[in-house]
Amino acid sequence: MKFIVIGGGAAGLMATLRIAELKQNVELFSLVPVKRSHTACAQGGINGAVNTKGQNDSPRQHFEDTILGGDFLANQPPVKAMCDAAPGLIHLLDRMGMMFTRTPEGLLDLRPFGGTKHIRTAFSGASTGQQLLYVLDEQVRRYEEQKLVTKHEHHEFIRLIIDDNGECRGIVAQNMYTMKMEAFAADGVIIASGGIGMVFGRSTNGTISTGSAASIAYQQGAVYGNGEFIQIHPTALPGEDKRRLMSESARGEGGRIWTMKDGKPWYFLEEWYPAYGNLVPRDIAARAIFKVCTEMGLGIDGQNLVNLDLTHLDPKEIDRKLGAIVEIYEKFVGENPRKVPMKIFPSMHYSMGGLWTDYGHMTNIPGLFAAGECDYMYHGANRLGGNSLLSATYSGMVVGPSAVNFAKDRGARKPLDPSVLQSAKEREEVVFENQLRMDGKENPFQIHREMGDWMTENVTIQRFNKKLQETDDKLTELQERWKRVGVSDSTNSQPNQVVMFTRQLWNMLELAKVITQGALRRNESRGGHFKPEFPERDDENWLKTTKATWSPDGPQFSYEAVDTSLIAPRARRYDVDNTKKSDAGQAAKGAK
Amino acid sequence: MSDTQKTVHLIVQRQDLPDSKPYTEEFVVPWSLGMNVVSALMAVQKTPVTKEGKKTKPVVFECNCLEEVCGACAMIINGVPRQACSCLVDSVTQPIRLAPLTKFPVVRDLMVDRQKMFDNLKKVQAWVTVDTMADLGPGPRMSRAQQEEVYPLSRCMTCGCCMEACPNFNDKSAFLGPAPVAQVHLMNQHPTGAMQKAGRLEALMGPGGIAGCGNAQNCVKVCPKSIPLTTSLAKLNRQVNKFALSQLFDK
Repeated sequence: MKFIVIGGGAAGLMATLRIAELKQNVELFSLVPVKRSHTACAQGGINGAVNTKGQNDSPRQHFEDTILGGDFLANQPPVKAMCDAAPGLIHLLDRMGMMFTRTPEGLLDLRPFGGTKHIRTAFSGASTGQQLLYVLDEQVRRYEEQKLVTKHEHHEFIRLIIDDNGECRGIVAQNMYTMKMEAFAADGVIIASGGIGMVFGRSTNGTISTGSAASIAYQQGAVYGNGEFIQIHPTALPGEDKRRLMSESARGEGGRIWTMKDGKPWYFLEEWYPAYGNLVPRDIAARAIFKVCTEMGLGIDGQNLVNLDLTHLDPKEIDRKLGAIVEIYEKFVGENPRKVPMKIFPSMHYSMGGLWTDYGHMTNIPGLFAAGECDYMYHGANRLGGNSLLSATYSGMVVGPSAVNFAKDRGARKPLDPSVLQSAKEREEVVFENQLRMDGKENPFQIHREMGDWMTENVTIQRFNKKLQETDDKLTELQERWKRVGVSDSTNSQPNQVVMFTRQLWNMLELAKVITQGALRRNESRGGHFKPEFPERDDENWLKTTKATWSPDGPQFSYEAVDTSLIAPRARRYDVDNTKKSDAGQAAKGAK
Repeated sequence: MSDTQKTVHLIVQRQDLPDSKPYTEEFVVPWSLGMNVVSALMAVQKTPVTKEGKKTKPVVFECNCLEEVCGACAMIINGVPRQACSCLVDSVTQPIRLAPLTKFPVVRDLMVDRQKMFDNLKKVQAWVTVDTMADLGPGPRMSRAQQEEVYPLSRCMTCGCCMEACPNFNDKSAFLGPAPVAQVHLMNQHPTGAMQKAGRLEALMGPGGIAGCGNAQNCVKVCPKSIPLTTSLAKLNRQVNKFALSQLFDK
């Protein structure tokens, strides 16, 4: 049997390995050599209750923290399964040679992270994602040598091939060196295409994180779940080209957030959230920084910036545990964070929403699977730091065997008629030829800039219904203008980055609509979705998953109940310690 | 603020096809605070007009993370191989001359095909073989000192700068290059990897192996991650010699 994996980050590579271990063939597609995938940018660590700090940490506690952190929007059984599997998964990565930072005894060191009172985050300095990606990349290379894996790097996924029974049977992809269109048949297709940061113009994501692949699946009928739940990371460096992440591990290792008030440093997170301080979950820290700067006008020199301060920490420990981010700050800002506090502001960082799947990671289209950031499964309304590397690798572990089992069940399926592949390929060749001839007045890079600015302004930390409606109208305008794009390059046999970008831009606009309209409809505040006009969480009306289905008139929405069978929803607050449940229960009465 | 808008002047070596003749074009783009070479190239991409005001095709180049972690945007900037994203325009002399890496085939403009680097990682078996992905409990312990010695090697992003600078990595030599060879040291230092080092050391004994290193020390000078490449290669050289001797006596 043969499987297609689209995307070579943590989720895609882990899916590939699991399928190859079952002695099945994988065709692995990626925009970049998989070693350059965006997983490399994850910095702080990966969560799992390996419990090397004598704190009686447990997968159960990890599960509780994750569900509360996600404001009860995640279906609970798969989250529990992930937390149960986490220690074993970290051990597996260690066995593969991942260079985890060590304790003096040679055990896995752990660091504190947000939204928990337990020290649970395993790490490799401040380049954990890079190290994780590389060991998976190495293992995949081993299977390449065994001819079980064939890589198609520098290939862009263009379209799913869906048969008359509505089942996914393959894909059309384009070689990004030669622009040649090719069709590939498979017994199962897994999308592991990562994040969508480019929809917001500038984010902590790389330039390949457009969400284009997930958007293509959505436009072909795959349901998109909880699109409105976007994570804003509290600590990033503003920049013209992108927002560079300064890891949560900076605070995990003792970094403090402050700004000047009444002539002295004001540690507002520590004051407002005494129990968790600088390690409140990201949505809460981001809103606090936003409030301090935009409502109270207390940012550094009146700008939208506050301090992330490491200067009180031992410089040797900074180098040992945070070297990678300190190096980024020094190279791009030119100041030494060991001596001068870093200046940061929140930025779009992660999508909790993504393609809707069942617990085996299959979308509503049989034979089409999704795993990693492009799925919607594990984080509810807000993701805890250190849980993304976990959910990406864990979902890869699940989706691989799940796709193989699906294909075994479908063993008696009629083979796909080769003419179906041929016609799918020819159809996309025509589409591409037409795109090469787009000769209107609109500049795709300008449209992208406007989309990003509008989305960042109106669909991130604070959401107002009037602004959301205006943003949706703007997106409609941009979609109209997209049709009048002029491409500045009509080369058809060599990398044509303008046409590729223009194509991705349409897919980004489609996702932007899902995010914006989903946010407009959800009249409550939950996790990363905050509406000042509806400041309370509303379980009665909104404890449900948003499901968006593509139509020519824009997304159609439906909702489904969340499985909260394991932990009863309760108020979410971080001024008190959530591990002492009785206290939290009492305090919850007056809570927001 | 000055009255005249500050600008950035680029001289870009271009090439339309893998086998066509290179030519240069010049671009002047608006300067902004903290600007780097990738953002300058993005400005060209948005408005592909030369310094002379002639419409042209946008410059093709690779990038992704923009924070010097992914290795995509390596190119030659004012004669030095480096990452374009971490090259702030104010830190180099203008006009800024951009050219593709020369040790790899050009795909188009500044984009080159670095497949050879990944192929060479296969040749040296740069992986730790795990028997199963099942949960077998904790991995081997590793001392902090040992982890800290090799952690820098695990930050190699396969960007190709060291390969570009190495006088012994070229069409006429089989030398696998500093980056792939240094990965062997990383794998051999891991407790499990050490048990499997024979295959890797054998690969380094043959053509293209460690003997190909001429100790020019150019690699360490250009490595954007300051990876101790030459120290690693020296240590590997001793391992390979020892291994070769042991093989001789075991026969």
